[in-house]
Amino acid sequence: MAETMLLIAGRTSKQGTSLNVGKLKDEYREVTSTVEMNALDMARMGLKEGDKVHLRTEIGETVVHCKSRKPEDLPLGMLFMAYGPPSSQLMHGDTAGTGMPISKNFLVEVSPVTP
Amino acid sequence: MSEGTKGENIKVVENATCTFCGCVCDDMNLTVDLDAHKITKAQNACVLGRAWFTEHVFEDRPYAFIDGKEATTAEAVEAAAHILAEARFPIIYGLSDTTCEAQRQAVAIADMIGGCLDTTTSVCHGPSGIAFEGNGESTATLGEIKNRADLIVFWGGNPAESHPRLFTRYALMPKGLHIPNGKKDRYAVLVDVRRTPSTPVADKFIQVKPGTDFEVLWALRALVKGKRVDPSIEQKTGVALETLADLAQRMKSCRFGALLFGMGLTMTRGRHFNSGALLALASDLNEFTHFVAKPVRGHGNVTGADNVVSWSTGFPFGINFGRGYPRFNPGEFTTVDTLSRGDADAALIIASDPASNFPKRAVEHLKRIPTIVLDTKASVTGQIAKVAFTTATYGINTPGTVYRMDDVAIALRPAFDSPYPSDEEVLTAIKNRVRELLAASGRAGAPAAQKVA
Repeated sequence: MAETMLLIAGRTSKQGTSLNVGKLKDEYREVTSTVEMNALDMARMGLKEGDKVHLRTEIGETVVHCKSRKPEDLPLGMLFMAYGPPSSQLMHGDTAGTGMPISKNFLVEVSPVTP
Repeated sequence: MSEGTKGENIKVVENATCTFCGCVCDDMNLTVDLDAHKITKAQNACVLGRAWFTEHVFEDRPYAFIDGKEATTAEAVEAAAHILAEARFPIIYGLSDTTCEAQRQAVAIADMIGGCLDTTTSVCHGPSGIAFEGNGESTATLGEIKNRADLIVFWGGNPAESHPRLFTRYALMPKGLHIPNGKKDRYAVLVDVRRTPSTPVADKFIQVKPGTDFEVLWALRALVKGKRVDPSIEQKTGVALETLADLAQRMKSCRFGALLFGMGLTMTRGRHFNSGALLALASDLNEFTHFVAKPVRGHGNVTGADNVVSWSTGFPFGINFGRGYPRFNPGEFTTVDTLSRGDADAALIIASDPASNFPKRAVEHLKRIPTIVLDTKASVTGQIAKVAFTTATYGINTPGTVYRMDDVAIALRPAFDSPYPSDEEVLTAIKNRVRELLAASGRAGAPAAQKVA
């Protein structure tokens, strides 16, 4: 069952250190292919640590692994991802005359990937 | 003297500069194994700086590629110059991870070819750049903040992960001239939509609902001016009126306040209006005390890009030279837009990886046009490039000038030489060849080129 959630993309320490190793290396790919979710949201959707989820917007889609965050650290319905190719797949190209696409705070459809 | 030898093949470089992030910390003590071409120790570096220095290796890469095939730098310069000289709407983008000297060459090329010139600022603090033009900037160096600020408000950022030494070297922990007890003498507020590793550092965490920063900032402006704010602000923003009133009072009564703001403001709903509201709040507060506002900048020389492009053209980013003089228009000449609309017919990308970080539609167009890439490492953009140069890493292999996020210029002290040319050398060679090609073809860009270069 798909749910609509709010995606925030941002920087993390691991993203910063892994890009020094190389953006085409496994470490960077793994860091940027992980989405953090509120643990209660994950439980409700029947997701376990590391399960794959499908993220989709009207622009594009991607499949990433989920990682739980304590409910007090990440609000219900909010997702966090490190910037990278997977998060970029979901961004709209319209900048509303500013040059800046909305990279934080946009709605995505989330659904578990069934094996 | 900043460097010395320690054993036959070990060199120590003192007070080297880290160019990983906009903090541009210039107190690095590097131990360099000259035989291995490796930095084995980076004293004073944060976790990001340590990775920047110690993960640096010469990858076994050709000097250049043309259509995926190995080429010499000279052959690649020739191919790149032809692409740029023959394009009708070329764009130049990136520039935030290279020296000011290289950035200057890129400006000259953009002027010659009548193209667009844009930097990663447009997808970083570009909205703040727009806001500066409307609101001005009550500013300070990080040194002033370190020595004077007794109230610091971090808004929409997570420095513990993105700029670790912003806390420890500049803005929170250090003791200063008028802050003798360091952190004990400062009150720190963190405003964000979620708890992050930065949250525990603050004395007060204010959690706003996503997309309501503008409303919170505007309410603070009203409270600072003694105006009434309706308690329903809490329902809208998630922040209680009492919390805002307390913050407004703290801001008015501090001796020296600083608002340090991140991309939590610029990349979300409101964009430049958010940055503008924050800058206006800082200006308002100067009626009561001394208050400054600074954007926290990401890449090592993104501030240099703003400075070089501004002093060369009058504008910081999103520029077009098509009419023979610079015009500034974010949304039209910024790179996400020129690519997403399909306007650009050639691209020169310097020290950046838009194919990895741009919206899908922009990347799809980038794949369709001839792209030239200068980068120190393999990247997604390098993989799709028609012409790709491997260049030396600024700060580690090449000298030059960079600007810290507070617009302070800092000289680089490289650790060891690279077999690859610098960005400046490659761009200068491209510029010289483009000039020849334009002159030979009699294109209108040639006179402008002679004037600028």
